[in-house]
Amino acid sequence: GSCLHKSVCRKSTFYSVQLRTMTNNGEQVDEQFTIKEGDFVVLQRGDVYKAVQIQRKRQVAIIFEKQWFFLDNAIGELFGSTFEVAAGGSLQPRKAKHPEIPAEAKEAGTDNRNIVDDGRSQKLSRDDIETLKEQGLKGQEIVQQLVENSTTFRDKTEFAQEKYIKKKKKKYENTLTIIKPSTRILASMYHGREPGKICHLRYDTLAQMLTLGNIHAGSKVIVFETCAGLVLGAVMERMGGYGSVIQMYPGGGPARAAADCFGFPEHFYQTLHEFPLCKVNALLGGTLSLDGEAKNSAGDHDTAEGHLASSASVQQEERDIEDGSPESMEASSVQPEDKEREERDRRKENKAQERKVKMEEKRKKLSAAAVLLQGRNADGLVIASRFHPCPVLLTLLKFVAPSRPFVVYCQYREPLIECYSKLREQGGTINLRLSETWLRLYQVLPNRTHPVLLMSGGGGYLLSGTTIDHNSASESGPQKGEEPAPKRIKLQETDI
Amino acid sequence: MLHVLSHLGHGQPTRRALRQCVINVRQSSARCSSAVLVLTSKLASNSFKLLLQQRARLLYCFEAQVMSFVEYSEFIQEGDVAIIFLGHDSMFPVKVQSGAQTQTRYGAIRHSTDLIGRRYGSKVTCSKGGWVYVLHPTPELWTLNLPHRTQILYATDIANITMMLELKPGSVVCESGTGSGSLSHAMLRTIAPTGHLYTVEFHQQRAKKATEEFCEHKVGHLVTVLNQDVCKEGFGVTGVADAVFLDIPSPWEAVAHAKSAMKKQGGRVCSFSPCIEQVQRTCAALAEHGFVEICTLEVLLRLYDVRSITLPLPDFGPEDLHQAQPVVPDDAAVTCRTAIAPREMAGHTGYLTFATKSLA
Repeated sequence: GSCLHKSVCRKSTFYSVQLRTMTNNGEQVDEQFTIKEGDFVVLQRGDVYKAVQIQRKRQVAIIFEKQWFFLDNAIGELFGSTFEVAAGGSLQPRKAKHPEIPAEAKEAGTDNRNIVDDGRSQKLSRDDIETLKEQGLKGQEIVQQLVENSTTFRDKTEFAQEKYIKKKKKKYENTLTIIKPSTRILASMYHGREPGKICHLRYDTLAQMLTLGNIHAGSKVIVFETCAGLVLGAVMERMGGYGSVIQMYPGGGPARAAADCFGFPEHFYQTLHEFPLCKVNALLGGTLSLDGEAKNSAGDHDTAEGHLASSASVQQEERDIEDGSPESMEASSVQPEDKEREERDRRKENKAQERKVKMEEKRKKLSAAAVLLQGRNADGLVIASRFHPCPVLLTLLKFVAPSRPFVVYCQYREPLIECYSKLREQGGTINLRLSETWLRLYQVLPNRTHPVLLMSGGGGYLLSGTTIDHNSASESGPQKGEEPAPKRIKLQETDI
Repeated sequence: MLHVLSHLGHGQPTRRALRQCVINVRQSSARCSSAVLVLTSKLASNSFKLLLQQRARLLYCFEAQVMSFVEYSEFIQEGDVAIIFLGHDSMFPVKVQSGAQTQTRYGAIRHSTDLIGRRYGSKVTCSKGGWVYVLHPTPELWTLNLPHRTQILYATDIANITMMLELKPGSVVCESGTGSGSLSHAMLRTIAPTGHLYTVEFHQQRAKKATEEFCEHKVGHLVTVLNQDVCKEGFGVTGVADAVFLDIPSPWEAVAHAKSAMKKQGGRVCSFSPCIEQVQRTCAALAEHGFVEICTLEVLLRLYDVRSITLPLPDFGPEDLHQAQPVVPDDAAVTCRTAIAPREMAGHTGYLTFATKSLA
């Protein structure tokens, strides 16, 4: 007989306070919160973000918000630390919170009826301000100077004064915060700075995709995206290194620039696979040959590294030939020439060996991805690309198990309407839903609470649904129509 | 002869269970020459499996697929909670039990023959001849089908909360109030297998019901339910949370407790409130307690129905009086496929306020 011991499903405690001790000791926890060399971080000032990698040895200066500086002093500090950019480009950690400009009984007006905007209320000129900056005055001090030298400041209402100070602070502030990358931050950054690179996918739409797709640890997810790797990174973050992600890619190689910005640990990448779209039909038809791939890659140069390596080797070979010819012309004796030729041959052999190893690696990777796809039992499908979604969705759905969610993003609505119609026609999916989300930000201040003036015009559209057993779908259509029949046209009754 | 040894249960096995399993395997392997079968959760680590292989002489490590809201499985098993799908927007949850029957408008479903052992996603024919689909539960499907004890959060807000709180596997989250557990299930799905949820509910019955549901859905090991008032007694933990979520009438009273529950290295907080006055008081409290990046937003879902529409073409009459046939026949029309917005949509659920606990 079997010997099963009780499952370890610990019942939630109830009626008592359970202090669950965290097994990490304080130091271990601190380690993951400390900035290290090589870490991928995000620089933040206000709502402007920039993703960079901490590099000390190369002394690479970073430009952010019109300032140049080095990140060396960030190493060893905690994520979330704020720094001031000192003259010379070094970062100074800002520990104590500086006292705000004292808010006691400041002189203030009641309304703006007498305030004339002639552009002359600020007595400090641009040169004066530059001088203050050169003197090393901190941002806060500069703002103080501006307030004192403004003729209209004391006539403004308290609200207007606060708004003025906030605006000047934003302009003359010298601080930045270094934060840990996350989907929230990177999606916001890309949407604000380079929406074209991510098909104008707004961050709340991305949030919907991750939830509707039920992306979680331990599942097997297929991703097809042309959003610089942002969607891939978001999916990987939610998988936590468990399960597997198969990234389908259109040509060349998979785009992963944004995914790298997340700074995932190495073992996450062991769960990441890629598979080229151009081999999908072969895989579905059972005719995928891995050897063919090996032959092609010699002339293909699929991945970026392959490209670099081969072009470098070609350059080297060209150099060899160049080196060879003048010497062979100059050389008087035969022996040095022979040695040159021997070395050249050896180098060529090494390169050929390297290429063989690379091809074998590629073959292995392709095979691994093919094995994962072949079972046609993926747990989810996420699509977000500039390609027409219809063929992509209809083809990739074949790899998904029944009763699993899928979600497709498109910047435009019409292609998704087509997808919806085709899916209803062919069956195999239920709970089809075409949606978009509206996002509205609010300013919340005492007596000044209202939605923010500028609102995002659109964040794209989503089509989501659930797969069902294909075999069942081949039977007669739904007994209860999911759409009402199109209305019959009423004939106009005329008087004639 | 196969000797079935250990069933390590759901989610991630504890260190003690793993140690015991390894010892058992070693002892069994020494005693008998038969193969030792170990059933583990899909999420047991590779290093653990390697360790088992080293201890046993012949070992089959079988990954039992356990249905739960945090792990997919292929086949319907006894004890599962499955979702019966009848058609557009029509579905309900069912507890799978051998011998049981479930009535639907298409007839009866006999669990033993129609459900147990069938693949999730299958079409099931009911006694009257009609049929339904059986779906694997997900937190999103659960949200649409759970028994309401309170007003719940729907997937649109949940999705934003999850991303803005930066939840991921391993996150430690504190939540109050638990309510009907809609958000709780979604968060458990995201933080599994290594995270933990501390959820506080001041209503005794609701706290009890939530505890039962978590266990039934096989996520009990990831959550601790506390029956107390979060505004007075906090979350029961200090310095451990990566994120805190508040959906209570007076969230400003819980801000201090939220701050102390969070890790000293920082974290994220979110408060959900239907009224703007609540939002104002909460933002003020967050600023007072040193939170930064305070941001309030709302997200609205727009759904579209995809339909074929037919628009009749007008008749402007003949150019030439002697023309016999009408230029445009009476029933001339253009048909196209379009997305129609419903007559009404959900205009407001609540305002979401987020903030970051700073280091200073």
